[in-house]
Amino acid sequence: MTDASMQPSGTPPPPAEDVHDLRPPRNQWWDVWDQFKTHKGALAGMIVFISILLFVTAGPWIWAVDPGLIDIRSRNQGSSWAHPMGTDQLGRDILARMMYGGRVSVAVGLVAMLLGLLLGTLIGVLAGYFKPMDGPLMRLTDLFLALPLLPLLLILVTLFRDTLEGMFGQATGVFLLIVFAIAITSWMQTARIVRGDVLALKEREFVLAARSIGTPSRRINTRHILPNVMSPIMVSATLGIATAIITESALSFLGLGFPPDFPTWGRILYDGRDWIEQYPARVVWPGVFISLTVLSVNYIGDGLRDALDPRIRGR
Amino acid sequence: MRHRTALMGAVAAAALIPGMALAQERERGSSGHLNMIYWQAISTMNVFLSGGTKEMNAASIVLEPLARFDNMGELTPWLVDEVPTLDNGGVSEDLKSITWVLSEGLLWSDGTEVTADDVVFTWEYCTHPEGGCAYRDRFAGVESVEAVDDRTIVVSFEDATPNPYLPFVGAGSPIIQRAQFQDCTGTRAPECTDANFAPIGTGPYVVTDFRPNDVVQFEANPNYRVPTQPYFQTITWAGGGDAAGAARAVFQTGEMDYAWNLQLAPEVIEQMEAGGRGELLVDFGPLMERIEINFTDPSPSLPEGERATRQHPHPILSDIRVREALSLAIDRELLTEIGFGPMGQPTCNFIVAPPAMASPNNDACLVQDIDRANELLDEAGWEMGSDGIRTRDGERLELLFQTSTNAVRQDFQALIQQWWREIGIDTRLRNIDAGVFFGSDPGSPDTYLKFYADVQMYASLFEGTDPTPHLEQRRCGREPQPDTQWQGQNINRYCNEEYDALWSELNREPDPDRRVELVIALNDMFVQDFAHLPLVARGRVSAASTTVGGIVMNVWDSEHWNQAEWYRIEE
Amino acid sequence: MLNYTLRRLAFAVPTVLVISLIVFLMLDMAPGDPTASLPLTIPPEVREQMRLALGLGDPVLVRYVKWLHMMVVVEPSHMIANATGWNIGVEGPRILSWQTRSPVGDIIVQRMPQTLWVVGLGYLFGILIAVPIGVISAYRQYSWFDQAGTFVSMVGFSVPTFFTGVVFILIFSVWLGWFPSMYDTTHQVRDWDSFVFQVRQIAMPVAVLALFNASQISRFMRASMLDNLNQDYVRTARAKGLREKTVVLVHVLRNSMIPVVTVIAIGIPTVFTGAIITEQIFRVNGLGDALIRAIYVSDWPMVQTITFIFAILIVLFNLIADVLYGILDPRIRYD
Repeated sequence: MTDASMQPSGTPPPPAEDVHDLRPPRNQWWDVWDQFKTHKGALAGMIVFISILLFVTAGPWIWAVDPGLIDIRSRNQGSSWAHPMGTDQLGRDILARMMYGGRVSVAVGLVAMLLGLLLGTLIGVLAGYFKPMDGPLMRLTDLFLALPLLPLLLILVTLFRDTLEGMFGQATGVFLLIVFAIAITSWMQTARIVRGDVLALKEREFVLAARSIGTPSRRINTRHILPNVMSPIMVSATLGIATAIITESALSFLGLGFPPDFPTWGRILYDGRDWIEQYPARVVWPGVFISLTVLSVNYIGDGLRDALDPRIRGR
Repeated sequence: MRHRTALMGAVAAAALIPGMALAQERERGSSGHLNMIYWQAISTMNVFLSGGTKEMNAASIVLEPLARFDNMGELTPWLVDEVPTLDNGGVSEDLKSITWVLSEGLLWSDGTEVTADDVVFTWEYCTHPEGGCAYRDRFAGVESVEAVDDRTIVVSFEDATPNPYLPFVGAGSPIIQRAQFQDCTGTRAPECTDANFAPIGTGPYVVTDFRPNDVVQFEANPNYRVPTQPYFQTITWAGGGDAAGAARAVFQTGEMDYAWNLQLAPEVIEQMEAGGRGELLVDFGPLMERIEINFTDPSPSLPEGERATRQHPHPILSDIRVREALSLAIDRELLTEIGFGPMGQPTCNFIVAPPAMASPNNDACLVQDIDRANELLDEAGWEMGSDGIRTRDGERLELLFQTSTNAVRQDFQALIQQWWREIGIDTRLRNIDAGVFFGSDPGSPDTYLKFYADVQMYASLFEGTDPTPHLEQRRCGREPQPDTQWQGQNINRYCNEEYDALWSELNREPDPDRRVELVIALNDMFVQDFAHLPLVARGRVSAASTTVGGIVMNVWDSEHWNQAEWYRIEE
Repeated sequence: MLNYTLRRLAFAVPTVLVISLIVFLMLDMAPGDPTASLPLTIPPEVREQMRLALGLGDPVLVRYVKWLHMMVVVEPSHMIANATGWNIGVEGPRILSWQTRSPVGDIIVQRMPQTLWVVGLGYLFGILIAVPIGVISAYRQYSWFDQAGTFVSMVGFSVPTFFTGVVFILIFSVWLGWFPSMYDTTHQVRDWDSFVFQVRQIAMPVAVLALFNASQISRFMRASMLDNLNQDYVRTARAKGLREKTVVLVHVLRNSMIPVVTVIAIGIPTVFTGAIITEQIFRVNGLGDALIRAIYVSDWPMVQTITFIFAILIVLFNLIADVLYGILDPRIRYD
């Protein structure tokens, strides 16, 4: 093992040119950022993703059209100044619906991914590092992998819908339900991959070394193991956010997700599917937005993966 | 819209004539192979175990009833030579029995003879207490079915029955073979997979390969009673995909010759039809999309068991002026145009078909009148508030509007919500998964039977051409309630002594003309009370390739009632 | 290793049983009524009788034990009997679908071929495409090939299959007329022409699935290769004077395959349940289609059985993945 990999990645060796510098050592996240910047795809992805976030959050302030407003005389229109993306079969403005729909889709993607990642990493590390917990946790993983998402969603809907609707209103209730359902059925991949890496890592010399000098388990995990499984977690995270957005639209596609009067990108795409020949834009816009979001997130993940890996950084 | 239907009839008639003229030239099997697609696939060939429309359609080309309805809704003898009536003595004077006589020389597809005993067995099979037969209500009120001789069957009723044409009539009540099904009664019914998937029938086709929810293959029945028919030798009856895919396969790619139930947006259908390979078949039956108005209070603050029962009348909707205002605010023409196009007709009637029974007296509601609706609400004491929502005695005019999850219904909900808002009503929308909404689980709060909402939207229909049982549903005491495990068909809890009296008169009346008058009177009473708001009469919509002739759309029976006469048009 | 495998197998049985019980109880709580999809002309009283005829009267645990007996004893015996022609089918009731009222096992056997053809081939082609792309992308990191490969795989992964599917049908089936828009399950491959037809009818769904799977797997492949290319053993191997080809294709590839094999093995069970959406769009009546349609009509015995088979496959393939892990990476010791 070289010195570099003996070092926990939290404190990488200072770059050579800084040795003679008297300024205080730079924060490691600047190094990460420097590396990240060199990845053109990641940078572009970052810009696209921020634009999409702005589109769905700030957009409705600039384009102040009610997405539910029915204007039956101007239905099924192509793009015009009044309706840049045209109107749907009830004359509702598609641009406004894309903005509101995007809020939900992006929020579902982010929250479900974070939740799933948290759960997956926790279980993966616990299972990989603490041998007695490995069996039960992995059986739990198997169990969750074997649960089909769709019936689970249906059951969750009946069991909790009334309670959640009462507590948060219909929109938020359905949102929480779907986020929870996606998270609970998507953490297992992360858990298995993390566990696999942890299993390999804990046999590695630097962990053995750390343990031999009496480092407690929690510290080994947070300082030595977790930073080293960061790269698979990042790959998982980007895949996870994409999967969550796609799962949400797939659920809508199967009629089991958000109800038809609740615009999300997946729902808009599904509703436009029958119209693809007359008005391809109705499928293309949500399709492009879903794809762009997922694409940009993936590129960001890619850049982060390289930037976070101290062995690649500074090469 | 109306002329379009008339035109369809003309096309159908025209298609029949060359069919007749060329009948001599055509022979059994001469048209080769036919491809049909049902995007909801066939799950069994035994109609008694399924009850679904698609299964009934598929089974109708194998299993046949004694008589069935033609495309005009007229009763037509099928396995008999004539339909028994009072005039020909087939129906007894006291209306308590009907005597059917089978045609001579009828054979099952396995070559054995069809006897009266098979008909008796069919009755035994379907009325077995543990069999769970889906068409059991066809035999409601039947005291006995007896075979007098090999060809004569007497059906006796418990009471005088003016309409004795329910048992063994129509695609929902076909005859099955005793020899094949005798070990399959009661709880053993589902175990006879081979029989359920390939029943032996008298129809033009026999099943050669059945894959549940996937594909069925048929071959011409060698023992079919018309020697020159059926013209198609084999049929592949595919299933799966979605409505758009099925329409595309007929209209654009030409992979399929016939597609069923194409509930698609009107513009989409028109665009596909422009492909020119197929044409749309539409005809109107009793299916009607409506809004039901709850006469009882569904408030969650009431204890379970009293909620949505007649103990608590609805605080807002018990007032007829409010109900009328709700109706006036709706533009039915626009709803039809957006949701169904040529496949729907705006209507104001409860009984929309047969045409003779559709009341001409209610067409006023076809015109939207927001001003009048506002006036009515003013009269009823609901005052417009500053936020555009009416109030009365501090109570806001709020309604909960529920329906099943379905793209067209959600569009309708959004439109109606907007219209009702214009007259100062705040409508909350809710949609429920169809599997729950149309379920009859007494434990679920979300079924259309429990009706824990102020108004709800769905479509309903009745079988055959006699609306008497359908009208009976709205009698007092027929409503879903805790005592009956929430079973019952008086969905809106309508209760009107006059209505009940008039219905009893209809139920005793044998004279056809007087019956029509009574049906119209009942219909008018019901809809002029604004007890429910009819919206759109929905047609049966299928598509057929331009290369297939002889198809006659039928809304009163199976769409495939004359499958034997379909043929390939030679180029 | 053998010891470990046997122990895992012994654990697998109770795992699968617990899963099946949980799924059974969940479905029992689920809303939805098997008679809900029937026309409204059928009165509620008749529906109630139909429900009783489905055997919904028994308590839930009784139904579970009955189902389990049929699932592990009766159905396999019939499957073996059908496959071999031996007359060993165990007497007694079989698991009946509520919708078709026929044995669930027969339907699953019927649905298997098209699922294996379409989804299986989609997966296989996906792997075959993904591995070389991942290897080259990582080896020539940031080259134009890497950028292009990354971009294509990102796009393939980012565009939902139901979007690509609909676009494919529109272009290749409606406009160009190259491929049929629906799958004919009755088609049998007998000669060259029928083989060509089979290829045409699976081309679009396989292409869509292969693209999607390849995108996913190539991401993992590339990431894993990159991890390994910077390891010390690679430097050692190079320093030893090994040929670059040997270093990459033998040493690095072998080590990089470890996490990838996990991902591939975990994904295999999804081949069997089928890509529900792709099957729906291309009208392939496979297992995924059977599952989703059973959910729509609340056909719980069907859902339960397919889910159970899925559970068995997952447990099995996870086990296989772990065993492969041990074989590929001797640093991991299970005992």
